Amino acid sequence: MKQTVKLTVNGTTYERDVEPRTLLVHFLRDTLGLTGTHIGCDTSQCGACTVLVDGQSLKSCTAFAVQLDGANITTIEGLAKDGELHPVQQGFWEMHGLQCGYCTPGMIMQSVQLLDRNANPTEEEIRHGIEGNLCRCTGYQNIVKSIQWAAKNKNQGASAIPEADAPQVDPKPIAPVP
Amino acid sequence: MIPSAFDYSTPASLDEVLQLLAEEGENSKVLAGGHSLIPAMRLRLAQPEKIIDIKALRPQLSYIKEEGDLIKIGAMTTYYQIETSDLLKEKAPILPEAASVIGDVQVRNWGTVGGSLVHADPSSDLPSVMLALDAEVVLKSTKGERVEPVSSFFAGILQTTIEPDELLVEIRFKAPGGKKSSYKKLPNKASHYSVVGAAAVVGVADGKITDAAVAFSGLAEIPMRFDALEQKLVGVATDEASIAEACKGCASGVDALEDLHGSQDYRRAMADVFAKRAILAALSK
Repeated sequence: MKQTVKLTVNGTTYERDVEPRTLLVHFLRDTLGLTGTHIGCDTSQCGACTVLVDGQSLKSCTAFAVQLDGANITTIEGLAKDGELHPVQQGFWEMHGLQCGYCTPGMIMQSVQLLDRNANPTEEEIRHGIEGNLCRCTGYQNIVKSIQWAAKNKNQGASAIPEADAPQVDPKPIAPVP
Repeated sequence: MIPSAFDYSTPASLDEVLQLLAEEGENSKVLAGGHSLIPAMRLRLAQPEKIIDIKALRPQLSYIKEEGDLIKIGAMTTYYQIETSDLLKEKAPILPEAASVIGDVQVRNWGTVGGSLVHADPSSDLPSVMLALDAEVVLKSTKGERVEPVSSFFAGILQTTIEPDELLVEIRFKAPGGKKSSYKKLPNKASHYSVVGAAAVVGVADGKITDAAVAFSGLAEIPMRFDALEQKLVGVATDEASIAEACKGCASGVDALEDLHGSQDYRRAMADVFAKRAILAALSK
């Protein structure tokens, strides 16, 4: 039986009827059409589906949407503001922190969590902080450099997690996947 | 993969949760952090008919406190809360140390200590740490409250003595006081589950070990301690060679787990190595 959930994603509040077994990642991708969050391993290991839920990073394949009723979620689509990249996104751009790009949304979201808790991490702390995100291209050297770039260039003192925009109206629901 | 369908409820109070468990516990699974249950459901290793989401109890069951000589940890306390707890860093530093190497940051943000114990995955880290600390679990049901030592709580792979109508609400143990402790493990590179891990809590006086508790994760079906090893360690000098000698063959004869991450022999050999490393790391603190 479907249940109604209300989730705020990147500042917009959505109310949708979902089956309880709907994983958050499927809710984001299939129900809301936010396909920036990727599905990698489906076994809670690769981190490609990482999003922030009330400021805490989560592998969105490891939570049911109904569990998070009322939560505030930030996905990769919510990082850039007014056409300006988030410092972590800019860091990945500047330091070539991606090759194929598949792990990148999750890697960036986890980096945002890392810098929110530790504004100036050492290289070891960066590597420990992104242990839950796998890059099949093995591009870790540049990913670490990207995070170091972001740590250096972000607005010191400000939270790494962006403020949500003013609440927006739920756009027209897309047709549910049958 | 998508889990099989289930009925979902979110009882608002502990009494409501216990009532639901009394009525439907046999076919239900309790959902807390979800980081053991949901992966199992996604692989359809678990297909519960009903999910009882206890998120309403999070404020009530997330705590780390000291009462008398006991440290009490609420069952819904996350690994991240344990990892960053100033009280535990001071009173039982093995717990933040072990929590910091569970899974990864995302897992630690959501996984709970109660969930880890009840799930009883032999490769998880906190069960052996709690065993080394001589912890007890507090279980509640509509019939009342029951306290069970961790040493008898684990019954097999993914099995404990918890009854279908019971909810684990608290873990408690005596602060190890002046003892030294450390947790060291050989992690699986992708999941960071333990292939073998060792939790050591040791007392030292005059350059010699006075007493030792060493518990292993990943080695066998349940977290294990060995009387022979712990007795052998008493009176042993604190240098590496002496400790290595005392740990040698500590798991011989144990019916060890075996999978693609390690054979039985390999796991038994790693028990020697990680017991030694955990004890040495403890002594160096």
